[in-house]
Amino acid sequence: MNEVLIVTLLAILMGLVVGAVVLVLAGYNPAEAYKTMFLGIVSRPKYIGWTLVRSTPLILTGLSVAFAFRTGLFNIGAEGQFMVGVLVAGVLGYVIELPAIIHLPLVIIGATVAAGLYGGLAGYFKAKYGVHEVISTIMLNWIALYFSNYMVYRPYLKNPQPEATYDIHETARTTIDWLQPLLGRSVKANWGLAISIIVVIWVSYYLFKTVQGYELRAVGYNKDAAEYAGINVNNCIVKSMFIAGALAGLAGALHVTGVSFHVSKLAVSEGYGFNGIAVALMGNNSPIGVLLCALLFGGLQYGGTKMGTLGVPSEVVSIVIGSIIFLIAISKVFKPILKYINKAKGEVVK
Amino acid sequence: MDYKTIDFNEKVVEMKQITKKFGDFVANDSIDLTVHKGEIHALLGENGAGKTTLMNILYGLYHQTEGDIFLHGKKVDIKNPNVAIEHGVGMVHQHFMLVPIFTVTENIILGSEPVKGAGRIDLAKARQDVVELSERYGLYVEPDKKIQDMSVGMQQRVEILKALYRGAEILILDEPTAVLTPQEIQELIEIMHNLTKEGKSIIIITHKLKEIKASADYCTIIRRGKKIDVVEVAECTEEDLASMMVGREVSFAVDKDEKTPGEIVLELKNLTVEDNRGIDVVQNLNLIVREGEILGLAGIDGNGQSELIEAITGLRPIKSGEVLIKGKNVANESVRDIFKSGISNIPEDRQKHGLILDFTIYENMVLENYQVEPFAKKGRLDFDKIKSFSHELVEKFDVRPTNIDLRAGALSGGNQQKVIIAREVTNDPDILIATQPTRGLDVGAIEFVHKSLVEQRDKGKAVLLVSYELDEVLSVSDYIAVIYEGEIVGHVNAKETNENALGLMMSGGGHGE
Repeated sequence: MNEVLIVTLLAILMGLVVGAVVLVLAGYNPAEAYKTMFLGIVSRPKYIGWTLVRSTPLILTGLSVAFAFRTGLFNIGAEGQFMVGVLVAGVLGYVIELPAIIHLPLVIIGATVAAGLYGGLAGYFKAKYGVHEVISTIMLNWIALYFSNYMVYRPYLKNPQPEATYDIHETARTTIDWLQPLLGRSVKANWGLAISIIVVIWVSYYLFKTVQGYELRAVGYNKDAAEYAGINVNNCIVKSMFIAGALAGLAGALHVTGVSFHVSKLAVSEGYGFNGIAVALMGNNSPIGVLLCALLFGGLQYGGTKMGTLGVPSEVVSIVIGSIIFLIAISKVFKPILKYINKAKGEVVK
Repeated sequence: MDYKTIDFNEKVVEMKQITKKFGDFVANDSIDLTVHKGEIHALLGENGAGKTTLMNILYGLYHQTEGDIFLHGKKVDIKNPNVAIEHGVGMVHQHFMLVPIFTVTENIILGSEPVKGAGRIDLAKARQDVVELSERYGLYVEPDKKIQDMSVGMQQRVEILKALYRGAEILILDEPTAVLTPQEIQELIEIMHNLTKEGKSIIIITHKLKEIKASADYCTIIRRGKKIDVVEVAECTEEDLASMMVGREVSFAVDKDEKTPGEIVLELKNLTVEDNRGIDVVQNLNLIVREGEILGLAGIDGNGQSELIEAITGLRPIKSGEVLIKGKNVANESVRDIFKSGISNIPEDRQKHGLILDFTIYENMVLENYQVEPFAKKGRLDFDKIKSFSHELVEKFDVRPTNIDLRAGALSGGNQQKVIIAREVTNDPDILIATQPTRGLDVGAIEFVHKSLVEQRDKGKAVLLVSYELDEVLSVSDYIAVIYEGEIVGHVNAKETNENALGLMMSGGGHGE
């Protein structure tokens, strides 16, 4: 565990160095840029609030991908499952009118289950027909995008001015009113973060402490031995994809009920699901790792926009973030360096 | 053993005082090894003794912590396999490194392709080279056949040719006979002798005493990282070699009392099973195993044994026929239901079917029972109970190391097998099926496995032993059934038969009842 942490920190450091080089080449002062970025995240409660709000969807999409990985599956479909969650939450939040105590849970659960079914569909195709989930989920991503855009344009949903649906009712929102004075009105403080953290803890428990989690992990590590042990491998595949889909869908639902309040027509998908893949890999597919990396990723993205005030183009920001992720992914490169450092200290390392 | 091929004046390999440490663990402790030109030298030791580590150092996969290596009299620093290959060292690993969809030729030239013109591979020349090489050394292969369509024995020849193609003068063979049938083993021994006649030197890592006696000139015995002795094989018996390897007296004869078999536990009636290609590989098979009996199923690999066991345990559909456990038909039921009816299975491929290598030892101990009390309650796993259960079994069955938090993949083959046996035996099944249970295990571990099987039978349970090792079948079983082309062609009392009679039945000739 320690080694993983050191290697990850080294990777982040190297990423920042690469970013600094790029900044210099583009004609900017890296120290100033990084200072702006860092202060832009932590110096005011408002900024911290925004960072957390930006990170929240990544926690659950990252968790979705990480969960699937643990059970032997590549959930590239977090993107589409997120959109399904957004769509269902957006529609249920507007079309129905009920007291908040029923409306909000209904919206969230409805969206989560819908996205779960969407993920489970890919799982079914794999179990029954051997269709690789990478292919099916990528295609399902596109279907979700265009279906969502189609629904946005239904006359009973479409808001005439912006290219989006009507806003959901107050009763379906997760806004935290009493934080407004502290954070200012622009920060959409909501219960999404709290809910996400609770879900992370629950997934951790489910995966490592329960019978079902044991079965899913067994199938993920060794399908043959799992079958030999009497585990129903096909059921597990469908169940895993359902849960993974549900997690990504919940991310979408929390996004709609806490931040955007409507479903927009999109030219391309927003990238929460794909960034979730990066977060999962960075976090080594562990629930707590995903949580921390989602915050890091969100922080980098939000802080990156602050660099724009210095004139730094957003592309450069993307390069910095990309370098960090890239270096974490190839962090095995750092192992020999660690070995060398340890050897110098006199230990013999394998 | 043809001493005429050995040139005692030329030492091709000299490893002096080789020590290798992994952290605090000393895998090799000041080991000396000398091999002369034209010699077949065996490296004997239990699993985990350090023989593979030593050879990995010679081949450049590891680097020694201390000590020197001399090849053809010159001191060499073998930094990596390329250096080893340059100096004429070639290694054939236990687990082959071949590309299944490539042909024999493509595999042999992989990495050293002959080119013509602008970097295009000269396949015609490659093929010619392969044919010449194979004729020169008597290693006959079909150059255009794909690896995946070849038998294991043939694949091994390709591996040897690969080494020879790169100019190997010193061949290291790691457990070469573990995957071969008796005939293929004979052929391999002949090949080794041909190679030494051509001036090659061979180091063979093994713990098969019989094969050492049949092929090696000299033998270095390694125990727990230290060199124990170097002996002239002709002057030793198998018992001598075994006790040097293990450090104590080892008994080959399986110690068992007379026992009269009782009620029928497992009955297979007119069983027909298809293989992956849709062909009937088990045809109207009938078999009975009784309480207090060890029934050995003898046969050459590929006569339907794998499919038969898969069908009985629920991993493969049964086309027709019945599988009766104490009278109850479980044909085509789910794996779990069949398990609950009283069958436990020690699988042929322990790493594929028997264990989840990335799970800890305690997670593997409950692989079949994780969902029932006391290990789970209301869907939640009780790790205290699971761990104490695992501790108990690890101690009882002498699994080493005893740390149950280790990944199963960190254990040696023999200890992995012990975990599986501990688990299956503790299930207390009415019938215990063991398929190739001692494959890849050393003498000490083999003794243990056989003891466990006999214990089951003494308790009044039934045991079905499927094995390709005739010695094992003959010494452990009470009765022996021979399978040939999916049918039982013979059923004899183990004490009233021998290798030759069984060998005859196994290849389809003669019937015995």
